[in-house]
Amino acid sequence: MSGKRMALIATKGTLDMAYPPFILASTAAALDYEVQIFFTFYGLTLLKKDLSGVKISPLANPAMPMPVPMPVLVAALPGMESMATMMMKQKIKSKGVASIEDLRTACLESGVKFIGCEMTVDLFDFKREDFIDGIEYGGASTFFEFAGNTDICLFV
Amino acid sequence: MDFNKELDARGLNCPLPILKTKKALGELAAGQVLKVISTDAGSVKDMEAFAKQTGNELLGSQAEGKEYVFFLKKK
Repeated sequence: MSGKRMALIATKGTLDMAYPPFILASTAAALDYEVQIFFTFYGLTLLKKDLSGVKISPLANPAMPMPVPMPVLVAALPGMESMATMMMKQKIKSKGVASIEDLRTACLESGVKFIGCEMTVDLFDFKREDFIDGIEYGGASTFFEFAGNTDICLFV
Repeated sequence: MDFNKELDARGLNCPLPILKTKKALGELAAGQVLKVISTDAGSVKDMEAFAKQTGNELLGSQAEGKEYVFFLKKK
């Protein structure tokens, strides 16, 4: 063990923003860090058994590379979000980038601890049975118990 | 170079080559050598950083066309 520790706060539930916490956590674990991720607000979506709700939207994202330029009004049409998500997933696969499911599993297998925000579960009326097993639930104070003694602490 | 196990990480992108390397090293005994083949150009620097931080020695690193070959000795 390197004895190093990293704490992350994952607050976003889109496909693109699901990558940073899972990539950092799985890699840190491979480097023998002890890692905890605190999932709050939309970040909790990343802990659901069913990850099909994790999508990417071309809206309000001018930096998103598009195969053809697309006016905002077109990007707002029904079905565009699903299409963008499908295209992004195809791209991810063709480039040999791991899926979110795979990275999440890698995190769990390497001992990364997931903390689900209890307040968010209550706020959004989430059900615990919708989440994967092995999660601990807690609040800000639970997070600080670990985060207060880390080498790296990031808000994603 | 002699090795005890080979890991084919061709076609995989960051951070998969490192994650798989870590897993494969876990199946070796101390002193044994793992050969990793990767096509991810970023893995050259990443593998050096991995070795430095985990204490598993990088015995060799070479580019063969578009493939990168690494030899890691388990700590």
